Amino acid sequence: MPIFWILLIVLAIAAIGYVAGRARALASAGGDIRALHSLPSYYGWNAAIKAMVPAFLLIIVWLIVQPIYVSSVVSGMLSDGAIPNSSSRGLVMAEVRRVAEGLDNAVAAGVIGEDAARSARADVIDITQRLKDAGQIVTSQITQPVLRAAQHFRIMHSTGNMMMTVAALALAVLGALWAIRENRAEFRARNIVETSVRILLISAASIAILTTIGIVLSLVFNTLEFFRLYPASDFFFGLTWSPSFSGRGGSSQLGVLPLLWGTFYISVVALAVAVPIGLFSAIYLSEYASPRVRAIAKPMLEVLAGIPTIVYGLFALLTVGPLLLSVFGADGLGWMKAGTAVMTAGLVMGVMLIPFVSSLSDDIINAVPQSMRDGSYGLGATKSETIRQVVLPAALPGIVGAILLAASRAIGETMIVVLGAGAAARLSLNPFEAMTTVTAKIVSQLTGDADFASPEALVAFALGMTLFVLTLGLNILALYIVRKYREQYE
Amino acid sequence: MNDMRPMERKVDTKEIKFDCRNVQVYYGDTQAIKNVDVKLEDRTVTAFIGPSGCGKSTFLRCLNRMNDTIDICRVEGNLLLDGEDIYDRRVDPVQLRAKVGMVFQKPNPFPKSIYDNIAYGPRIHGLARNKADLDDIVEKSLRRGAIWDEVKDRLDSPGTGLSGGQQQRLCIARAVATEPEVLLMDEPCSALDPIATAQVEELIDELRENFSVVIVTHSMQQAARVSQKTAFFHLGSLVEFGETGAIFTNPKDPRTESYITGRIG
Repeated sequence: MPIFWILLIVLAIAAIGYVAGRARALASAGGDIRALHSLPSYYGWNAAIKAMVPAFLLIIVWLIVQPIYVSSVVSGMLSDGAIPNSSSRGLVMAEVRRVAEGLDNAVAAGVIGEDAARSARADVIDITQRLKDAGQIVTSQITQPVLRAAQHFRIMHSTGNMMMTVAALALAVLGALWAIRENRAEFRARNIVETSVRILLISAASIAILTTIGIVLSLVFNTLEFFRLYPASDFFFGLTWSPSFSGRGGSSQLGVLPLLWGTFYISVVALAVAVPIGLFSAIYLSEYASPRVRAIAKPMLEVLAGIPTIVYGLFALLTVGPLLLSVFGADGLGWMKAGTAVMTAGLVMGVMLIPFVSSLSDDIINAVPQSMRDGSYGLGATKSETIRQVVLPAALPGIVGAILLAASRAIGETMIVVLGAGAAARLSLNPFEAMTTVTAKIVSQLTGDADFASPEALVAFALGMTLFVLTLGLNILALYIVRKYREQYE
Repeated sequence: MNDMRPMERKVDTKEIKFDCRNVQVYYGDTQAIKNVDVKLEDRTVTAFIGPSGCGKSTFLRCLNRMNDTIDICRVEGNLLLDGEDIYDRRVDPVQLRAKVGMVFQKPNPFPKSIYDNIAYGPRIHGLARNKADLDDIVEKSLRRGAIWDEVKDRLDSPGTGLSGGQQQRLCIARAVATEPEVLLMDEPCSALDPIATAQVEELIDELRENFSVVIVTHSMQQAARVSQKTAFFHLGSLVEFGETGAIFTNPKDPRTESYITGRIG
């Protein structure tokens, strides 16, 4: 039975449990709601939760464990002789899985009967031909051991699914019945629901944290793998970035410094654009603008944040680049060779970051208590004096936070760089030259058809790790600054 | 009374500092102050009392045009400071507020050091020629604010780290530092405990030697303790104005009597 149906049936059992549990609690109180410990709906939820949660947990665990178990059993069936010299056990297992799937699909399409698919004496050549006729992808030659294994795989799989269905549904019914039995007037159903809500929230939070840990671990292990193949000192201190795609390592030079420099340079240009403009517009919006102007201007500014970065990239490539070229290029000052340059990407990225700075700063400036402004006005300060000397210092921790958030965005930005800054990894001070960033290079390293075990592909993880450590450091710095000023200003 | 400029005079010769005639204040369409006529004397503590919402704070805020920051607020009538209409087109509210300082209900020290809090006003008005001058102003103001002894060793620590009573005295010292002629206080003790209140009241009494002080208060005892003149507001009108002693012992208006004996308000 498909998982979807099992889920639906469990939900139906839970719904029935809800109604029955509620009715039973009411009946035990003689229909008087005031005699119940909790509101009737809590008794209903008690039954529904006890029907759903164990069944769903069982399904999840089963779905994780069953494939592992089946694979290990089937893999054990394959003798060493069944594995060709040029191949590996993993590849043969993939073949087994493919054949099993093909058989499944062929049976579903009616090309092969269920008996034939299970028959131990089935003719290998015949099966292969029939599978091909059914449009299933198989290698030209299915060997006897592979077919056997595939057949066994299918049987174990369907038995497992059947067992899971029965177990899950039984568990749901049992849970509902148990909860309905519990539901008497003095039963504290409200506390049960309260606990379940807490557990639900805790599990949601832990999923986020566990995912983060998982990502970090995958980064760490792949980075270590990379450093086994390529010396760490060359990676961190190398001044050249020239991966070779032809050979397997050796000739590649994978120094991270040009990429870091490009990232840093482009981010600095972007922040130099975004911070003043964003901050000034935030000050205007929160302190000077009339409510009507604010109501129109703020959402319009925030629209900038909703534009996909690829569109900014196009804007950089097709508009800003040629524009800069016409001023600084060969026809003008002669500093710029092509439209793709640090300046192009930086300017466009700065525009992209304006709403991040302005929107957050605006909220923070608005949060500065009016009493501060009154105090300053009461001393005869003008509006701009008040803003410069009272409001901004009071809002500083938040503004620093906003700027650092914008900085993390700038460091992590990819599309604008790919389209606007070019792809040349270069250590140069000229902002009108093409450079590239860590993120852009991660993309180009992984979109080629390089082998995933080669240093050219694995270097992406090392780059990702470097980026992760950088942004983490930036966030910690932001927290530290915010905390330090908070101590002072509260 | 023709010469309205502040001059060397004996303390007992009372000059009129603020002459308010026929003042009306509107918030949008609602009239918050109706026909208030009052003459506030120099070097005197004048208390505004009255039930909540009677307009006493609104009137106080008219005296240094703090109501300008509220868009819908409109002021009519004449408010003369030393004979000059403060709502005249030629008057810069920023300069007016330097002359008429204000202390607020809740202590609102700036998120700066104690020193910078005091130096804020003198710096924007260019009162100090050099650093030593500024140091002098800060010390003098803190002494006038009766807080110098408590903070002289930690002028660099943030003003927000002080206790509530210290913060309020810091705010008074900050207002004093710009050498105003009038000091407006909007319920300066309502957020303070009795000890801090006593300190602030003592301070107000000392300030009388140099400034004209106008204080809004909800505490009748406080008004009786610190003020020489008392004005009783009710529903936007000035009901009674006179010597504090007379108001509290022998009120002329039945509403004043009801209020000070606790029957209304």
